[in-house]
Amino acid sequence: MNSTRGEFYGSGEPAIVVRDLDVVRGGKRVLPGVSLDIGRGVVTGLVGPSGSGKTTLIRSIVGVQIVRGGTVTVFGLPAGSPQLRSRIGYVTQAPSVYGDLTVRENLDYFARVLGVSRERVAEVIRTVNLDAETHQPVGTLSGGQRSRASLAVALLNDPELVVLDEPTVGLDPVLRRDLWATFHGLAERGHTLLVSTHVMDEAARCDQLVLMREGGIVAVAPPRELLERTGTDDLEDAFLAIAEEEGS
Amino acid sequence: MSPRITLATAVRVGAQLRRDHRTLALIFVVPPALLALIKWLLDNDPGSFARLGPPLIGLFPLVIMFLITSIAMLRERTTGTLERLMAMPLAKLDLLLGYGIAFAGLAALQASITAAVGFGLLGVESDGPAWAVVLLAIGNAVLGMALGLFLNAFAQTEFQAVQFMPAVILPQLFLAGLFVPREAMPDALQTISDVLPFTYAYDGLVKVAADEIGGRLWLDVAVVVGCIALALALGALTLRRRTP
Repeated sequence: MNSTRGEFYGSGEPAIVVRDLDVVRGGKRVLPGVSLDIGRGVVTGLVGPSGSGKTTLIRSIVGVQIVRGGTVTVFGLPAGSPQLRSRIGYVTQAPSVYGDLTVRENLDYFARVLGVSRERVAEVIRTVNLDAETHQPVGTLSGGQRSRASLAVALLNDPELVVLDEPTVGLDPVLRRDLWATFHGLAERGHTLLVSTHVMDEAARCDQLVLMREGGIVAVAPPRELLERTGTDDLEDAFLAIAEEEGS
Repeated sequence: MSPRITLATAVRVGAQLRRDHRTLALIFVVPPALLALIKWLLDNDPGSFARLGPPLIGLFPLVIMFLITSIAMLRERTTGTLERLMAMPLAKLDLLLGYGIAFAGLAALQASITAAVGFGLLGVESDGPAWAVVLLAIGNAVLGMALGLFLNAFAQTEFQAVQFMPAVILPQLFLAGLFVPREAMPDALQTISDVLPFTYAYDGLVKVAADEIGGRLWLDVAVVVGCIALALALGALTLRRRTP
């Protein structure tokens, strides 16, 4: 991995600043006062077991979550500000595309909403490798293809911040590698990526990791540093070591 | 608000409708078929068919558009496309008007087909112009659509949304004067009927059929238009940028 990517706060101000974020969902306190900085121009991985609050944190950053307290600032603006809507690309876990429309029709629609050219539509279809499925209704595609269609929508307007909630679940290894190359390509151009995952080989591809557990943040560090700190040689063991440390 | 996004939304909703051939067939075939059934049913009572014909042509689109938009918007909510749109630079009105344009187009087609069959084949008669019946039918369809866009917010599942049809639409049909003239209703029901939008949708059609183009007709039209605006405004309130 490129060594310069490890220096995660290299490009000045953090892209995202979370302070004392307090979120209650379904009567449960999912985030009990979380604080976190996320650097610009890097791929940050949000890692933790399901139910640890990853999606809630992501929704709060995108500005679609009702929060009880605390602040979330993205590029210096409060999360959810109208000015941020054209600067953030967001992919939810469930593919948010129209199943009865083709890949092309879906992207054409969102492109018009975002004010993006038709050339760009063809470009993102290539990026997510759906050229052969362009004219197929999304509802007839496989799960992996559908999530790629959803990812393509998020990339349409070349957003400065791309937020991806478990984007590569169910994708084959070759495609997963290609998409990660795309993510790092975006980061090299100064874009900020926030990716939630519970797959360890994906966590290893991130520049910076945020480890979550039961709504709290238990570690923030590049993958290599986590390995060194815990004296382990794979991330799975490193996470277990940190979780046990926390527990004791 | 942006005309570009409103129009794109209308085109998108239209494309979704076009893709669903069976729904389209039902939308265009069922109202004329029901009208023919009622004509047959009233074979021995042509006076009643003459009274019911024009209002039925003008009310079918309302009921059907209510159902379809309820389900369509509920799908936007449950599949996450609404959340995605709400995180994009799209105004709530863009979405609502986009739906409005697409469904008004569909309603225009549906009302025209039903009117053509009704006036052309089934012998429905109206003293006022047939185009006015079609025009009112389109307005009523937009009212049904606006109510659907608003009320689906209170349903969590499609099963619940479908129940709003007997819960919200049927009582209004009963009280509008279609089955029992309003003058013959108990006073309490007449009062309730006074504040229901369907009463005015129905009355407008009756007035056109009797060629009574005048003050009362304009009041009916104004009430329907006002209810459309109110339902759209309430619908916009149910579109949330942030959700729990």
